[in-house]
Amino acid sequence: MRKWLAIIFLIVLGFFMAKITSSFPFGEEKWGVSRHYVDKGIEENRGSNLVTSIVVNYRGFDTLGEVTVLFLAATALAFLLSTCRCRRRYERREASLIVKTASETLYPLLILFGAYIFIHGHLTPGGGFQGGTVIASAVMLMLLAHFTFHPNHRALSTVEGLAGITFVLIGFAGLIWGGSFLANNIIPLGQWNRLFSAGVIPLIYVAVGFKVGSELSGLITDMIKTTKEE
Amino acid sequence: MAFFVASILLILIGLYAVLVKRNIMKIVIGLSLMDTGVNVLIISLGFIRGRTAPIVNIKDLLVNTSSKVVDPLPQALVLTAIVIGVAVTAVALSIVMLMYSKKKTLEIEEYKELKW
Repeated sequence: MRKWLAIIFLIVLGFFMAKITSSFPFGEEKWGVSRHYVDKGIEENRGSNLVTSIVVNYRGFDTLGEVTVLFLAATALAFLLSTCRCRRRYERREASLIVKTASETLYPLLILFGAYIFIHGHLTPGGGFQGGTVIASAVMLMLLAHFTFHPNHRALSTVEGLAGITFVLIGFAGLIWGGSFLANNIIPLGQWNRLFSAGVIPLIYVAVGFKVGSELSGLITDMIKTTKEE
Repeated sequence: MAFFVASILLILIGLYAVLVKRNIMKIVIGLSLMDTGVNVLIISLGFIRGRTAPIVNIKDLLVNTSSKVVDPLPQALVLTAIVIGVAVTAVALSIVMLMYSKKKTLEIEEYKELKW
């Protein structure tokens, strides 16, 4: 009964959603405000990756809010799991020698790759969020392969706080010397398509990379380590 | 057009899981599917046929950029949405862990305190 009610509701909803989306022309030009971002983005920011220009500069305030939401989620998760007396029903076994050795070899390489992704965020596809996620995946690999591996929680939260403060301080520097919050004219913009270019964009994205990496690492550690043996 | 249909189907499948399934893990998976569907929808709104990615790393793209690249704004929005989706899923899963530690079951029917 409930199932059929749900299906009827979904059919009606799907019909209206299809009706709305069919009025959008697919694959044609629908420029809004992003016309300015595309036409003037290189001139104003010198960042090759226009998506990065939008995320960090034009919509930088929004990204600051997003980083805050991520911080809030990590805090909520730590709070929820600290009250949890979670027990594991199975016994955790040591991983095999192959998995252990391979994960030890891959761990520094994955962290290096993550750092590469967020340092080149303004030139290539990628950026702080993607690079941070790659770093967190390296920590997750180590946590799954090694029993005794435990990332330093205090260091992680220190890095996270410092990175967040860096983002806000760069924003205030723009407010003081550039005229608006997160203004991109306080340091020279440099040349197009070079590593040291695009003003404050790479600085902010490196800070975001550190923040997301340490935050997600702490989150994964919390989730894996709170379950105790029965 | 196929992208619109696929994204609407993803959203509906996710909503179906949320409405009908009784296992809490499946409900969380449904939420995640809805999230992905919305992301695909927004990305496909910014697509323009025959254009390249909005990364201006060759000289050819520097002149007359807006006739050569797709709309970068939906991609930036979806980048935000993906990160928030990860955060939401993590919090939802931790709530599921807490619920399971209290009652040792994942069936939503067992949690009668939620009904009124």
